[in-house]
Amino acid sequence: MNSKLKVSRFDPETMGSGQRRWDEFELDLHPSATVLDALIQIREEVDGTLALRCACRASICGSCGMRVNGEAKLVCKTRIADIAEEGATIVIEPMGNHGIIKDLVVSLDPFFHKVRQVDPYLQPDEEPEQGEFVVNNDSMENLLTAMNCIMCGACVSDCTVLEVDEAFIGPAALAKAWRFVEDPRDDQRDERLKELNEIEGGIWDCTRCFKCVEVCPKDVAPMDRIMEMRDMAIKAGNRNTSGYRHTESFSKSVKKHGRLDEARLAVESAGYTNIPRLIDLAEIGVKSVLKGKMPPIVPHKADENEKITRIFERVESERNT
Amino acid sequence: MKFAFYPGCVARGAGPELFDSAVAVMDRLGIEWVELTGASCTGAGVLQEKDQKLGDILNIRTLAMAEQLGLPVMTICSTCQGVMAQADRRVRKDADYLEEINGYLAEEGLSYSGNTTVKHLLWVLVEDIGVETLKKTFVKELSGVNLAPFYGCYIVRPSDALGFDENPERQTSLETVIESVGGNVVDFPGKTACCGFPILLINQRNSLRMVANHTGTASELGADAMVTPCPLCHLNLDGYQPKARRQNNRGKADLPIIHLPQLLGLAMGMDAKELGLGKHLVNTKDIIGKVESIAMA
Repeated sequence: MNSKLKVSRFDPETMGSGQRRWDEFELDLHPSATVLDALIQIREEVDGTLALRCACRASICGSCGMRVNGEAKLVCKTRIADIAEEGATIVIEPMGNHGIIKDLVVSLDPFFHKVRQVDPYLQPDEEPEQGEFVVNNDSMENLLTAMNCIMCGACVSDCTVLEVDEAFIGPAALAKAWRFVEDPRDDQRDERLKELNEIEGGIWDCTRCFKCVEVCPKDVAPMDRIMEMRDMAIKAGNRNTSGYRHTESFSKSVKKHGRLDEARLAVESAGYTNIPRLIDLAEIGVKSVLKGKMPPIVPHKADENEKITRIFERVESERNT
Repeated sequence: MKFAFYPGCVARGAGPELFDSAVAVMDRLGIEWVELTGASCTGAGVLQEKDQKLGDILNIRTLAMAEQLGLPVMTICSTCQGVMAQADRRVRKDADYLEEINGYLAEEGLSYSGNTTVKHLLWVLVEDIGVETLKKTFVKELSGVNLAPFYGCYIVRPSDALGFDENPERQTSLETVIESVGGNVVDFPGKTACCGFPILLINQRNSLRMVANHTGTASELGADAMVTPCPLCHLNLDGYQPKARRQNNRGKADLPIIHLPQLLGLAMGMDAKELGLGKHLVNTKDIIGKVESIAMA
């Protein structure tokens, strides 16, 4: 199988930060070859200076995360025949949102710093009376989703929030936080949720863009874990965030009218006492009116919207019992 | 070709120019439609944070309404498309769950059995109408017009809810449409990224950084306009572009954000005013002028 690879190169000894060079390679590969096989072939037969990181070659160790055609992948798990037509060029870069050490090797120090930030260990108040803690099967099966994480960094690489804000704790560390919030042996659940709710870069900064869900090679679905923690944090009484007000206002509007009341959502999310944000919203509102559009002050409704209200009431009453 | 039309809250609220232009274009395309006026908001992923089952009930209710009419659902919102497709996938994978959801709809005489589909107008263009037929409705070739695509997250992810295996052309459908009107595709990495809208009211600084990055990059690459099938992206990329680019030092807010039906309408020779292009916050005069200078074929 003939394959063309375009590989991003960076040499810290001769290049400044942010610079890169593209090298192109043409290889004859076995039809079942992975992207990692191709890179190793380059290193062994064409250019011994190519730096890459790998270990198990079986998608267990999480060492070989890279961007392939713009998307984070474990290259040992990615077959060339599955992603490119014969002869099409495959573009390989180091993962995004990580500092580059050399060529395709990134620094994982900030990654693990963030994982440590969520106290990734059990904090029980008491020791078990004898032997070990016994946990039922269902609890452990629930945890398996996040425990499957192999810390490859793919979700962090493609996270759209980390692209604009280094302070965001990020999908991997938040999925790890969820794993301890949900563990029945841990006694810091409420404290953990309070912290994740309040700190800069916590659970409310995720945009729900599904990138991490899409690129995770282990189906951890970090975004789903973050959404669950938002709900858990609210239920644990953490309500002083615009994120909480946003969700509540949204839900109230759909319950009442069947539709979204955009104007009220904007105001209620800001909070009625948040004067600078309200002035800011008024500015956009005035500009919209001048252009001949504005969300109706009287919200638009679905026909027979009381039917939608009834569904809300029924689900809510079941939730409360 | 007839659809149960689900325009979504924004097209019926803060972005009326999308609804008006879509209806005008659908008429030219010979698409018949009946609006699902009794359908609820999809929840846009926000409601689902709080209660996924409640969100699924509301969306399956919408699909059941379409099924009762014997019609497939068509939407003009990437977010609605994604959220409805995700709900549909969950009930199709789990018969017990579907039965539970149907239990909430019985009172209204509704029940869903999986006999309908949800399709964004964008997909209808490339799959049901087809590029060749589509081109016959155009009277102008927008050659020399540089257009950057911007999809909106929920029409590209999660891919397993969006039928990409059976319909791989969906992944490049927006580029296909831009090419069909004769425009040049301005490709850039942000085209499938987040516009920032979901956190606009939660973390405005980050949201506006996203707006500035996407619009700034597209402008620097020579785009005359950006085209989006998502009205939520439009609200942020258009409405907040001036503030975003000023705050992040990314040049003048000069990139018009065009709704997908508006682009089709321009190629069909429709009047810019009729398409609501005067209702955008970023001035659309230059792109209108450029299109008007092109002679009808």
